[in-house]
Amino acid sequence: MPDKVHGPKKTAPPAHAVAETTSGAIATLPQENRRAGLLGVTFGATVFAGLLCAVPFALPNYQIFQFTLVLVYAIALLGLNILTGYNGQISLGHGAFYAIGAYIAAILMDRYGIPYWLTVPVAGAVCLFIGFLFGFPALRLEGLYLALATFALAVALPQLLKSKFLERWTGGVQGIVIIKPNAPYGLKLNPDQWLYFFTLFFVLIALILTRNLLRSRIGLAIVAIRDQPIAAKAMGVNTALYKSLAFGISAMLTGIAGALGAIAVQFVAPDSFSVFLSITLLVGIVIGGLASISGAMYGAVFIQFVPNIADKISNAAPWAIYGALLILFMLILPSGIAGGVRAMTHRFAMRRNTPK
Amino acid sequence: MDAFLHQALAGLATGSIYASLALALVMIYQATHLVNFSQGEFAMFSTYIAWSLMQAGFPYWIAFLATIAISFVLGAAIQQIIIRRFQDGSVLSVVVVFVGLLTIFNSLAGWLFGYSIKSFPSPFPKELGNTYMSAHELGAIGVMMVVLLLLVIFFRLTPLGLAMRAASQNPVSSRLVGIRVSWMLALGWGLAGAIGSVAGMMVAPVVFLDPNMMSGVLLYAFAGALVGGIDNPLGAVLGGLLVGVLENLLGAYVIGNELKLSFALAIIVAVLVIRPAGLLGAIHVSRV
Repeated sequence: MPDKVHGPKKTAPPAHAVAETTSGAIATLPQENRRAGLLGVTFGATVFAGLLCAVPFALPNYQIFQFTLVLVYAIALLGLNILTGYNGQISLGHGAFYAIGAYIAAILMDRYGIPYWLTVPVAGAVCLFIGFLFGFPALRLEGLYLALATFALAVALPQLLKSKFLERWTGGVQGIVIIKPNAPYGLKLNPDQWLYFFTLFFVLIALILTRNLLRSRIGLAIVAIRDQPIAAKAMGVNTALYKSLAFGISAMLTGIAGALGAIAVQFVAPDSFSVFLSITLLVGIVIGGLASISGAMYGAVFIQFVPNIADKISNAAPWAIYGALLILFMLILPSGIAGGVRAMTHRFAMRRNTPK
Repeated sequence: MDAFLHQALAGLATGSIYASLALALVMIYQATHLVNFSQGEFAMFSTYIAWSLMQAGFPYWIAFLATIAISFVLGAAIQQIIIRRFQDGSVLSVVVVFVGLLTIFNSLAGWLFGYSIKSFPSPFPKELGNTYMSAHELGAIGVMMVVLLLLVIFFRLTPLGLAMRAASQNPVSSRLVGIRVSWMLALGWGLAGAIGSVAGMMVAPVVFLDPNMMSGVLLYAFAGALVGGIDNPLGAVLGGLLVGVLENLLGAYVIGNELKLSFALAIIVAVLVIRPAGLLGAIHVSRV
């Protein structure tokens, strides 16, 4: 997936996506003269899409399920990246929106018998609304304080979900068990394969939506607010509106991911949505790459598979590795895996283009 | 009435623990204008150090003092080795590093000491308690008072305290008059680590020792620090006490125990939205 938003003007060393201030607004303009590269990118994207479609036919069910979760995380990370990467608002509580999406899907399916495919857009719409509303108090909170408020949200959430006032809907500590849907129209797919494609469909929508949004006027405004808030305001950008909007869209995508995640896992319970879920999402965007669409994909693969591998060392190892990698990436590669890949392809292209 | 008084005083005792952790947060905020998200986990880790010292046979107060010293060194070392590199970076990178430290301490404690819940002794003799307050509650308040008094003496009356205040108020001029600003920052982190360890050791007998014991306490400490004003030590103490009492009374009479954390969240959001400077904090006006 090409990152045209942060065009190749950004030369090595990979500047920190957020700290980068002066060139940010200009660098976000898409570059036109990339014909040669475009062919390669199209080819790469086709191969990638082919691989994505092959996954459910080549792997056993449990691994299909794991890849479904990768796709789910990818949507959530896209959402968080819009807010934190592109708009510069730090959220340590996006697990809350993921949880809201998951619970909406579970409650609608379990208590009201609504078909699973309808719960996903509903979860997205509700989270868009809640996120937009949450964006308003967040407007007054700069950087650190927003991080603090969202962190508090993440810590308080499981207790809130367990509360007896909500138990009628949430099922309290027990949570809700939901049934895995079968493939429709007599398609010859087992439930795991079907869910994979169902999730993939939403990933594609999310990708197209995010890419187009970030290239539009709204996207430019969102990035301008991150890089030069005062200048953006002076240029007539409605800072309050776009910050709230970024919050809303970000929450919407994360909520959709939550709903898809709940359907895939077939279970929601308060303790799955602790503060560590929010931290996992943060790990995903930092390691995948801040302010990068492809970064969300790398990040999703990372947070799905690295803990599984690290788990073999020790129970606590995944988190120790997460923590160490967070600090290391901030120190060495602040633009994440996506930034590293970008710098490498750039260097490659430069070497090829220089006359002998 | 007796029950009410009992609840209020018990709130004061937990409030004094929140106040200690809030003080640690303020200590770092004053020095670096950062809010340390890993402060709670750091305090938890210190408490495990105290626990292992006691397991090794040291008497309580020796372990107590040794833990404070170790936490001081550890805090200063973290500042010098890690945080210093991010001092001038963006807020996002600093927050990410804090979150990284948080997960490292949490998993390290689980790795080294296990996830099973352990009991932690209270050093105060039972006879100290009366009808309204238990010995540990009284003791915790007393310890917090001593910590506060020592801090006031340190910052008001010693040259080092003066140098630290100068370094945080005006680092450039301080460097010109020969203060080693970087060391002062490390000192601030060390102090915060030491104060946090006291909070951890005071709260552990109440909530029991496990790697996640501080997450709630940290939230109340955030709330306390914000209510009082995040840049004001006295405000942090008052805020911490206030949050402790309110939390206990509301928990007992109004919202029940299970929504206490949401109450902390509500306080945090309300203070940040209505009066971000808190009760005693200085109001910052940024020039556009």
